[in-house]
Amino acid sequence: MMRVDITVNGRARADDVEARLLLVHYLRDVCGLRATNVGCDTTSCGSCTVLLDGASVKSCTVLAAQASGHEVTTLEGLNRSDGLHPVQEAFRQEHGLQCGFCTPGMVMAAVGLLADNPDPSEDEVREGLEGNFCRCTGYHNIVRAVRAAASGGRA
Amino acid sequence: MIPAPFDYVRAASVEDAIRLLSEAGEDAKILAGGHSLLPMMKLRLAAPAVLVDVAQIPDLHGVAEDEGEITIGAATTHAAVAASEVVRRGAPLLAHAAGLVGDPQIRHRGTIGGSLAHADPAADLPVAVLALGGAVTTVGRQGARRIPIDDFFAGYFETALRPGEVLTAVHVPCRPHAAWGYQKFARRANDWAIVGVAANAGRIALAHMASTPVRASAAEQALAEGAGIDAAAASADAGTDPGDDLHADAEYRRVLARVLTKRALLGAR
Repeated sequence: MMRVDITVNGRARADDVEARLLLVHYLRDVCGLRATNVGCDTTSCGSCTVLLDGASVKSCTVLAAQASGHEVTTLEGLNRSDGLHPVQEAFRQEHGLQCGFCTPGMVMAAVGLLADNPDPSEDEVREGLEGNFCRCTGYHNIVRAVRAAASGGRA
Repeated sequence: MIPAPFDYVRAASVEDAIRLLSEAGEDAKILAGGHSLLPMMKLRLAAPAVLVDVAQIPDLHGVAEDEGEITIGAATTHAAVAASEVVRRGAPLLAHAAGLVGDPQIRHRGTIGGSLAHADPAADLPVAVLALGGAVTTVGRQGARRIPIDDFFAGYFETALRPGEVLTAVHVPCRPHAAWGYQKFARRANDWAIVGVAANAGRIALAHMASTPVRASAAEQALAEGAGIDAAAASADAGTDPGDDLHADAEYRRVLARVLTKRALLGAR
């Protein structure tokens, strides 16, 4: 066992974990934050995307130990006292989901993309979400949602 | 999938990493971004007893230019290499290739030193650095070595790195006006290249055409002797040894190598 000090959604935590504990399992099973899904578990599908020091990462391929001393933001950390985060609101308005399994990772990847590029073109959105698979929607409404959140200027 | 148990230690400096590796013995493995190693550990293709994390050593980060050479810290991420103004200006092929590795999340974690040390013959950065005629610095208990990239790749996932050595930096010439081209052929988003071609100032390197990244020597020689692009590209697969897999057979890879070399050279003018 080893100790990790990770700031999760703005709250500093200290936990004793196994060195082999993956960040996604730390978030789900130790922190009790279940929005982040495990999809492919092979760094492909992006369902487990969270922000690590503000950059999108696939938490199935990061050790909790590697995140020690750093800040992690999950979908739960986007919630605001006045309602949904603008990217969440845009996914809702544009119906950027069907089954919803990929949505937490998709939203976090979109938040990371918009932090780097506040007003991406359609092509830039598609390339920026290259690491996130959706098996339902065909992506059109997801791309619309990210563009809507960008043009809303609040992401 | 959960990796087999191991001990994790974080190195504070290169000297610290060398000491930790020496103490841990031959079952230790260096961890940088972990985007090749951790998936292999989850599949039990690797089961090191100790991981020495070098990703947070300050000296292993950043890009510097000095006397016509760009030096990139080994733990610099693909995203940082792709975004570096120094790399974009002085070695645009490398910035371009770094921006095509995997997907954005992978580029936020994967590192240039990790990619070279892993030595996947299908990967982007090994061929880019090979086409640029770069070099790497390694440091071990016996001191530092500078290894030309032409001597670095030794076999399938094998390099000239010795046990206990740390790859600390990657060097490429700073040549803002070099003609370059890059072609990566894959069927799906974030796949490895079925075949890839990096061309820079008369050097041509091929991905996934042998057990290591390889130079297209015959095509380079033809270009040097004044051959046109069509004639040079026609010999791009000479001397290579591509394999078969579920994406492509060897003969298809040979055709791709010739076609993509032509496209890379046309783009490089």
